[in-house]
Amino acid sequence: MEQSSQQPLVSLRGIMKAFPGVLANNNIDLDIFPGEIHALLGENGAGKSTLMKILYGFYRADDGRIWVDGKETRIKSPADARQLNIGMVFQVLNLIPAMSVLENIALFLKDLPGLYNPAQIRKRIFEQSRLYGLEVNPDDMVAHLSIGVQQKVEILKLLLSDAKILILDEPTRVLAPHEVESLFEVLRKLRQNGYAIILITHKLKEVMECTDRITVLRAGRVAGTILCSEANHEKLVQLMFDKQLTAQIEREDLPRALDPVLELVSFSTHGEGTEVSLKNIALKIFPGEIVGVAGVSGNGQKELCDAILGIEKVAGGRKLLKAQDFTHSTTRKMRDFGLGFVPENPLTMATVPFMSVLENMAVTRTADYSRHGGLTMDWKLVQEDARQSLEKFGFTFSYYLPAKSLSGGNLQRLIIAREMMKDSQLIVASYLTRGLDVQSTLVARQELMRARNEGAGVLLISEDLEELFSLCDRLIVLYEGRIAGEFKPSETDYYQIGYLMTGSQGNHVTTH
Amino acid sequence: MSLLALLGVLSSTIFSGTSLLYATLGEVVTERSGTVNLGLEGVLLISAATGYGVTVSTGNPFLGVLAAMLAGGLSNLVFGYLVITRKANQLASGLAVLFFGYGLSALIGKPFVGKLINSLPRYMIPGPGELPLRYTSLFKFDFLIYLVIPMTFFIWWLLYRTRWGLGLRAVGENAETAYASGRNPGMIKFQALFVGGLLAGLGAAHLSIAFTMNWAEYMTGGRGFIAIALVIFSKWHPIRAIAGVLVFSGAVAFQLLLQVSGVNVSPFLLDMIPFILTLTVLLIWGGTRKHSAPATLGRVYQGTE
Amino acid sequence: MSQRIESLPVKSILHHKFFQHAVRYGLTILLALLLFAGILLITGNKPIPSYRDLFSATFGSAYGFSEVIVAMIPILLTALAVALPSRIGMINVGGEGQLYLGAIFATFAALAFKDLPGWLVLPIMGLLGILGGALWAFLPAFFRSIGLVNETITTLLMNMIAPKIAGLLVFGYWHSPRETNMTPNFVDAARLPTFFGTRIHLGIVFGLVLLVLFWFVMKKTRWGLEMRSIGGNVQAARRNGIPIAPYMIIVFCISGGIAGLAGMAQVSGFYGLLIPNFSPGYGYMGFLISWLAGGDPLGILLMAFVVSIILTGGNMLQITIGLPYAVINLLLAFTLFVVLAKPVLPKLLKRKTA
Repeated sequence: MEQSSQQPLVSLRGIMKAFPGVLANNNIDLDIFPGEIHALLGENGAGKSTLMKILYGFYRADDGRIWVDGKETRIKSPADARQLNIGMVFQVLNLIPAMSVLENIALFLKDLPGLYNPAQIRKRIFEQSRLYGLEVNPDDMVAHLSIGVQQKVEILKLLLSDAKILILDEPTRVLAPHEVESLFEVLRKLRQNGYAIILITHKLKEVMECTDRITVLRAGRVAGTILCSEANHEKLVQLMFDKQLTAQIEREDLPRALDPVLELVSFSTHGEGTEVSLKNIALKIFPGEIVGVAGVSGNGQKELCDAILGIEKVAGGRKLLKAQDFTHSTTRKMRDFGLGFVPENPLTMATVPFMSVLENMAVTRTADYSRHGGLTMDWKLVQEDARQSLEKFGFTFSYYLPAKSLSGGNLQRLIIAREMMKDSQLIVASYLTRGLDVQSTLVARQELMRARNEGAGVLLISEDLEELFSLCDRLIVLYEGRIAGEFKPSETDYYQIGYLMTGSQGNHVTTH
Repeated sequence: MSLLALLGVLSSTIFSGTSLLYATLGEVVTERSGTVNLGLEGVLLISAATGYGVTVSTGNPFLGVLAAMLAGGLSNLVFGYLVITRKANQLASGLAVLFFGYGLSALIGKPFVGKLINSLPRYMIPGPGELPLRYTSLFKFDFLIYLVIPMTFFIWWLLYRTRWGLGLRAVGENAETAYASGRNPGMIKFQALFVGGLLAGLGAAHLSIAFTMNWAEYMTGGRGFIAIALVIFSKWHPIRAIAGVLVFSGAVAFQLLLQVSGVNVSPFLLDMIPFILTLTVLLIWGGTRKHSAPATLGRVYQGTE
Repeated sequence: MSQRIESLPVKSILHHKFFQHAVRYGLTILLALLLFAGILLITGNKPIPSYRDLFSATFGSAYGFSEVIVAMIPILLTALAVALPSRIGMINVGGEGQLYLGAIFATFAALAFKDLPGWLVLPIMGLLGILGGALWAFLPAFFRSIGLVNETITTLLMNMIAPKIAGLLVFGYWHSPRETNMTPNFVDAARLPTFFGTRIHLGIVFGLVLLVLFWFVMKKTRWGLEMRSIGGNVQAARRNGIPIAPYMIIVFCISGGIAGLAGMAQVSGFYGLLIPNFSPGYGYMGFLISWLAGGDPLGILLMAFVVSIILTGGNMLQITIGLPYAVINLLLAFTLFVVLAKPVLPKLLKRKTA
């Protein structure tokens, strides 16, 4: 390809960005040329979105330099970025549902007069949309449009506001297959007309299908940049998922129990808005086993947890606990049965920030700790239980501190301790070790294993393949709300799981 | 029942509905920018007292109208200082403005209690000029009545056909998006509050200077709350606000008619009808309402980092 | 929690919650009084003598002080009716309507059971008052719990309806032979007992007992813990298995019942009859007090007391310096403005407790 002889439209050099506890971008270099579709590939948390938000002025880099059109620039806000003809379509679309397509586009026109003429804007929309096959009706309310059409509106909005560099953050995540196809068609036409397009994604199939060059990010660094023509799945998976060293966990081999503790029978939910619908999930978790859920986040993990908890409405199928029907039970009933739940975000999903550590420890089992029919609480007992379970993790903190004063890692430990405090029959753990240091990670994994060894059934959701392979007795892969495959860790490898996670294998492995 | 009585009811319905429509329009504008002012009642009182006081002092009702508008706009800016600059809770701030209005209006109005004014001049509606005098006196209206329907369309035009209105509605729907489009949400919210206050002032002026032609404490009698209900009823749309006010005034007229015709139904029962109607409509539209209410209504805009 | 307080070093008395509250309220009132002094100056009054009058009217005599307590009864209860649901993140602006319904239901009992002895009719009135308020609160709570309509809007609209029901009943059916705008005086059996030869009635005991009960429930019981967890983080509470919708309905009905009890106490203890527009906005004042106090029981008591001084002293201002009674609303508004505008407090108070 001849791009190397051209001057890049955008050059990033040595971009650094740290968030509390994590170095999101570590010395990143990137060149984008006019007329190319450039893929930014990587796992969640690899730093793709952060890097692009820096380019769009949403975040400011701690260090590093940016050139646009050969001139060094500082981008302090999205307004600066748009002035430089950089536009971005976010994962969560930014259209105003209560307004028409025309109004949404007019809002962002640089040359909108005080008294605007809708007919004129309508004409401009028609012209652009015909050019690129982005057919929309300018007078439709955005609220009535499908996500796919809304995305077209977003792209039109950028084109009409003179963007030359288009950043698309996981645009296919919310699209149906045929919509993906037409989106790629649009992108190819834009490429012909000299637009530079940056596509953030983790789906290998798409990358191979429609991009020119691929930059793989891993843990905040550039793992490599290769031409699409020279890439293959194996190479990319290797760049994306690097093996990391972790301490080994002792595992006892247990005889498999006869009856599952949790059984989902052709279980479905109906997702609204950006939620993913679970489709026909068949899953059994036996006492004394850890079932791992591999998958890129946003493929139904949150919905699966909520459905097991009883928060998400069940659209079809059944949920059985120890052969008893719990399909439509309340969360409290599930909790009373002995369900422990470690959510993906303990601050917003598990704790009450203004309540003390001790109160947060008690809040899932208020019935067990109340005395005199609820008139008083047995705080001594809570304290004793809390002390025991926190000690296992080798740390103590004041029980009277409000939960919001704890660091993210401590909060995670607190929740793990709480959810495994008493003998739970079923534990659902989502991103168990996110935010934990090496030591606590080890303890958390040991705790999970101990719970398993004592007979609990465990569902472990993770993106960390190393963790899944070292802990789980069985693995399922969740892709777009379906189970894309089920394996024993010994019978598969990272590559097979990685393919399924990224949806690059067309035919799903059916499990029955 | 005589034709005269019927026309009398119609005439007083028009008078009582006008101030309400102005106030409703004003609240539509502010709520479209995402701010709900529960203290509208207080703003109306301040404006009514100020307008009346200025009319008495200067002898010029038009100056009174102007003063009432200004008072309304400024009162709303006080509210704006709390909810936009200080990011205070909108409901509590609304109640604070309500109390503020109760107090300040009593203070402003006190020297003018019982004073006579030159009310706004009334003009005969063109057309039925040949009618006997006792009829024509019922159909002489002041300019604020003639202005109210054109004003409604003007507000609609302002909100839906100008760049300013587009930005204002965008702020109410999603302040972050409006910010991303290069607008200043805080400033736009202030502007919306000021315009809303001017309109509320017009309504209040009509009440005290043109309709009742006197000042009394708490004289608005809950019109501020009614206007807020009508905004919901009209689904935050200026043109539909006419329908809302018609429903409300219709109930008032219905009540007057029954009284005139000697049917004995408690006026209290009739007074309830519009509220019960509004509540019912709210419940029936409950599901769809999400799409019509400005998405950020009542929420404090925290700004972007 | 008591353990925590004991473990604090003595020097941190400055950071003790109660002390902080006292200073915060003190500064708030002071600022509000300063603002109001400006109004007094503009209207040609001298602030210092005015405040002296206000002070002596309320603290200068036993009678004056007793009137402050009398004024405190309804607003203490309506403030509780706002504070309770605020703990689970619900906003009850409907205290005014619930108060009216309580008064109406209680009046029904007072008029219907003229011959019953006091020990029987008063409890019936109290229970009916609570029932009336609770019923009026049930609808908004129910519609909120199923996600249909926000409770703020519905309670506000229902506030407009409630006094009209009172009007309908009084003018239509219950009015006394001589006057059409009020019921006949209640029989003595239907009057709450008063104390010490003043107008202070049993309602103050309702208020204080409920206040302590509120504190106890929130602080000590299982339900308090669960409610605080809903108010603190509804997402987490849902996942922790706390039943949200039942709590919303029950708590809101209880709070409506408390406001209803305020209405009962007012007609039975204070007026001794029902007038259609008897409340000068007790429900809204309760909202203001609860907001000023941040829903804290002790703060509610303090702020209800302060607001009562303003209300009672307002009468004085009207008599001695010729300002309209409605002007006291300005003083209330200024107090609220100061709280809402959150002026920067002195540094020593900004340090966190423990």
